[in-house]
Amino acid sequence: MNQLPTDTNYPVHNIVGDLVRHHFPGVAGYVNGFLTLASLLLLVALLPVFLIWLERKVAAHFQARLGPMRVGYHGLLQSTADGLKLLFKEVLMPKGADRFVFFLAPILPASAAFLVMTILPFDHHLQVADPAGGVIYVLGISGLSTLGILMAGWASNNKYSLLGAMRSGAQMISFEISLALIMLLIVMVTGTSSLRGIVLSQQGTILDWWIFKLPVLGLVAFMMYMISSTAELNRAPFDISEAESELTGGFATEYSGISFSMFFFAEFVNMFVSAGLAATFFLGGFLAPQIGIGLIDMVLNFIPGFVWFFCKTVLVIFLYMWFRWTFPRLRIDQLMDLEWKMLLPANLVLLMVTGVFLAVGWIL
Amino acid sequence: MESYIMIGFSVFLGALFVGGAIITSKMLAFHSPEGWRKVQPYECSENPIGGARIRFKVAFYIFALLFLLFDIESLFLFPCMKIFKSVVAAQNGSISPIVLFTELFVFVFVLFVGLIYAWRKGVLIWE
Repeated sequence: MNQLPTDTNYPVHNIVGDLVRHHFPGVAGYVNGFLTLASLLLLVALLPVFLIWLERKVAAHFQARLGPMRVGYHGLLQSTADGLKLLFKEVLMPKGADRFVFFLAPILPASAAFLVMTILPFDHHLQVADPAGGVIYVLGISGLSTLGILMAGWASNNKYSLLGAMRSGAQMISFEISLALIMLLIVMVTGTSSLRGIVLSQQGTILDWWIFKLPVLGLVAFMMYMISSTAELNRAPFDISEAESELTGGFATEYSGISFSMFFFAEFVNMFVSAGLAATFFLGGFLAPQIGIGLIDMVLNFIPGFVWFFCKTVLVIFLYMWFRWTFPRLRIDQLMDLEWKMLLPANLVLLMVTGVFLAVGWIL
Repeated sequence: MESYIMIGFSVFLGALFVGGAIITSKMLAFHSPEGWRKVQPYECSENPIGGARIRFKVAFYIFALLFLLFDIESLFLFPCMKIFKSVVAAQNGSISPIVLFTELFVFVFVLFVGLIYAWRKGVLIWE
């Protein structure tokens, strides 16, 4: 956000931002940031509602059902109704629970999810903050949600919660390493760690996106990112922390009402965030998928960047939902083997191979 | 600097958002009468057997230690990765690409050996 490009060839400008930038150049960055933050708050409030609806619909259609149909058009208001219901429910606290930690635990993952969202580049001007060490920031903040889950499990005074939290803690920290190494790969090939810089390094045609620009390596890295982020999100096929048949509700067993919905909220916002990061790192973020033919590119460019960003993100989210209904759940030992004996060595090798190729000059 | 000020505001707003939801719920929510059944920890509707602060597998701690090792490794690799491209493209004259690459390789190789050592020691086996 340090230098706002004044001359972009993007047709849709932030009108208020442009006016302010013209008249008060000194505070333009802040004004832009606050406007973005305001819209982000609205998005964060509506996003889980939409994603839960999407999840249920996708699940239903995979199983040849209809899913929620009653409340609103094709059940669109179903999750709003569920959220309102949870708002009116009492938060039960079991006997012997650590009151303060029990109260604090759902707040951490929810606010961490929001904080990572602040540095997602939605569009040229649509980003709250763009720290130079964006990748490190993402890794640091997303660690907070692990902490929240561990706190929830310990504070609940329930054996299922404790075991579920320890399992998902072990799982999340393991897969965070692969995630970090893949982000390092992207930092290596782009030479920048600000998320905006990473997106801008993919300018050009569709073949300049990192998934295609690194021949084969990019595709492998994208697949690894998908696997490790699915595990990081505790989603199926890696959802052992909430394996209903073994651990009832996992770390959230004792949670009810709004505290429970905060965990749910964090889960879905996190899903959006990691899909958004996948779009940023590999799929060109807010850039239009240009194909190198003048006329078509002009039409594609006319569509504002945030529309492309949301399209790509929803595509990745759909992949996550597809995984859920395609792969059977892994056991915890298989999960740990997958990370420590396959993904991590493969990641280190990928990093070194990319380094060699980059140094020799075979790629880029 | 500007970015971090904005992030600071976001921290505040995020906390306000989540805290606001919880406080709203606290004011609106229905409270049923207290009772010992209500506050009993859930154990499939049976009376809980023993406390919940039970012993669990030490493997969790070993994996946490390994995580620390590799997470800090990725943090140490970060500056190297950041300048890698500019060094290779010879835009950064103060560091020789061969030295940088050798250092990187040795660092990752040592970690790889560490991983293999842990593997051979049987730490990575989850029973």
